[in-house]
Amino acid sequence: MALLKSNKVIYCLGNISPALGVLSTRNSSWWGGVQMGPPDPILGVSEAFKKDTNPKKMNLGVGAYRDDMGKPFVLSCVRKAEAIITTKQMDKEYLGIGGLGEFSKSCAQLALGADNEVMKSGRYITVQTISGTGSLRIGANFLARFHGGPRDVYLPKPSWGNHTPIFRDAGMELKAYKYYDPSTCGFDFKGALDDISKIPEHSVIMLHACAHNPTGVDPKPEQWKEISDIVKKRNLLVFFDMAYQGFASGDIDRDAWAVRYFIEQGHNILLSQSFAKNMGLYGERVGGFTVVCNDAEEAKRVESQLKILIRPIYSNPPMNGARIAATILNTPDLRSLWLEEVHGMANRIIKMREQLAAGLIKEGSSKNWQHVIDQIGMFCFTGLKPEQVERLTKEFSVYMTKDGRISMAGVTSGNVGYLAHGIHAVTK
Amino acid sequence: MRGITVFHSWWGGVQMGPPDPILGVSEAFKKDTNPKKMNLGVGAYRDDMGKPFVLSCVRKAEAIITTKQMDKEYLGIGGLGEFSKSCAQLALGADNEVMKSGRYITVQTISGTGSLRIGANFLARFHGGPRDVYLPKPSWGNHTPIFRDAGMELKAYKYYDPSTCGFDFKGALDDISKIPEHSVIMLHACAHNPTGVDPKPEQWKEISDIVKKRNLLVFFDMAYQGFASGDIDRDAWAVRYFIEQGHNILLSQSFAKNMGLYGERVGGFTVVCNDAEEAKRVESQLKILIRPIYSNPPMNGARIAATILNTPDLRSLWLEEVHGMANRIIKMREQLAAGLIKEGSSKNWQHVIDQIGMFCFTGLKPEQVERLTKEFSVYMTKDGRISMAGVTSGNVGYLAHGIHAVTK
Repeated sequence: MALLKSNKVIYCLGNISPALGVLSTRNSSWWGGVQMGPPDPILGVSEAFKKDTNPKKMNLGVGAYRDDMGKPFVLSCVRKAEAIITTKQMDKEYLGIGGLGEFSKSCAQLALGADNEVMKSGRYITVQTISGTGSLRIGANFLARFHGGPRDVYLPKPSWGNHTPIFRDAGMELKAYKYYDPSTCGFDFKGALDDISKIPEHSVIMLHACAHNPTGVDPKPEQWKEISDIVKKRNLLVFFDMAYQGFASGDIDRDAWAVRYFIEQGHNILLSQSFAKNMGLYGERVGGFTVVCNDAEEAKRVESQLKILIRPIYSNPPMNGARIAATILNTPDLRSLWLEEVHGMANRIIKMREQLAAGLIKEGSSKNWQHVIDQIGMFCFTGLKPEQVERLTKEFSVYMTKDGRISMAGVTSGNVGYLAHGIHAVTK
Repeated sequence: MRGITVFHSWWGGVQMGPPDPILGVSEAFKKDTNPKKMNLGVGAYRDDMGKPFVLSCVRKAEAIITTKQMDKEYLGIGGLGEFSKSCAQLALGADNEVMKSGRYITVQTISGTGSLRIGANFLARFHGGPRDVYLPKPSWGNHTPIFRDAGMELKAYKYYDPSTCGFDFKGALDDISKIPEHSVIMLHACAHNPTGVDPKPEQWKEISDIVKKRNLLVFFDMAYQGFASGDIDRDAWAVRYFIEQGHNILLSQSFAKNMGLYGERVGGFTVVCNDAEEAKRVESQLKILIRPIYSNPPMNGARIAATILNTPDLRSLWLEEVHGMANRIIKMREQLAAGLIKEGSSKNWQHVIDQIGMFCFTGLKPEQVERLTKEFSVYMTKDGRISMAGVTSGNVGYLAHGIHAVTK
């Protein structure tokens, strides 16, 4: 951010002294002071991977599911839904600002359960958003405008990299609570409770509903209960990020347990959902943002303000992905097929974890790799140090982010042995 | 709010916001049971039966895309490369020196609104000049919150002359000549929304001169390329002229109307730079800005648009269909004006024919608009703007009758 501020300084000087010529003639430039920004940490991984000519190279940076041949996977239920939509020859009229009604409703139902008292009473509003990022940003903007509490949003340490600029650019401040324990590659439960107990009242706390990104470390149900208690005691506003429902355990209800428990416990949560991973709809940008309210009347007021916020960002959301998702969720055959396919994707990930751990033992590693199996979801926080990551990339062409995170989705039965070999080589 | 507990409400103080002025029109229209009702608020094209129109070239492009069984992997932050390139080409012309030198960056955006907002955010972060963005008076209603929410300030320059229902050229030049150096000026490239009043080429030339003299940063909003005159090159004339004249413009494009891709949300944001190296720097910063808003844009509409623009048969078909849509609008204008004369109106309705694009600024006053709605079930926005797209050969006579009734 300091870099960006310095651009402004240069421009201000240009304004005061035209002799600097920064803005004064056609041949000088409006954007002369715009610096080259750093590349995205995750995309940078993919770009380096593309350039590598090693036939054994592996891209474990990508947060997108791959099948056992390492290929992108479009779900059958998605293809079937698309065929249905095509036969209907639907128009392309604007959706409302809050998006496709059938989608928003089924999106909320998926998270909360159709029998949830919140669904029945209507004391919520769900708007269709531009996948998970768009949902989080709408939430962040909403908080910045309407939250009467402190500006601070507490993220687990570590959290998804993009959380920080999302909240910051929206005008909120970022803080953190202990979460990951590097000494166990597991959950620092005591540290988390300790930090959370000190968060100022009415602050916003972000919780990953399941399959924590980047660590794969999730609290157990008993731990969630204690977290709920302390959050309630501190009167914190809970913002759940659920990007992996169904993808974590393979069971959509099990993965939504924490969200549903918190609501039962009286937390009126904010919730971001994404269908990028669990429906493989990545580039279609399908997501939802939900505010659980006191009652339906409050939900109407909140809805009106969400619309006022959304309209000058993108007017209304893209229709295609929402139609696909709604068709799947609301067509019994397709919904069943989807649940099977999600289960299948989650299972393949789990199998790869088992094979990787077994492979490391077979290589003769003396280290404890239990966390590879214990961690949940697409990502595994290996515990590798930056130097080890660098060696793994340079010597074995295994690409991953510097924090030691690997996407298990990029692992196949064909390359898991090679990966185990490489990890062992750099850690023995 | 400070004393609240979890059992009180986080959102107790959130007020019910006012409904969107344009959507409010559609909602009231829906409730009306009059069989002769007309919705002239909607800014979406309708065919002569009053039905939404999906272009043939779009259906064909969709069929091609379906046969390819493409994956759904994330696009890059800046979107689909084939789309962004053809989007810029459409606006600037393939032979444009800007295209050849690569001294531009175009990112795929969430239609026109998304493009304008990215531009507004970019200005707020990187523009060294004043915070003020000068809009024509009047402008599209959503321009104001777009720039304001991004952190810019809004000002206006004279544009529409209510006494002529035409362009206040003298007033515009006068106001523009007083805009502080390095401010941002927004120009509607063609088919001004809401008035339909566009400057003539000679007038654009003078505007370019005075804008250059004042050293203003030009931001073009081109939401109707092809839709205004029926000819995409003619509609882009002002944009291309300004670039030739040395303005390094910002440009927002939408494919909502000209390709009928409304709900697919297809658009582009372009920054014309000094050189390709600068374009790379600007691109990197646009990505940093976009990533925490929505990460990357939706693929479907961009694939459709790119397929159409880059497949010669489909591109030709598209140009015909755009021409057809623009022609129907022009015909409805002629029929409406003729109808008003036939009704015996003594008023001057020349502006109905002279104004360009989807919208017509009728000149009706709010009380007249209210009567038109109450007595004839003709729905439109309070400023007297009607969407000609909602007019058909079947209802133009009724509309003329109603307008005459409230204005005689």
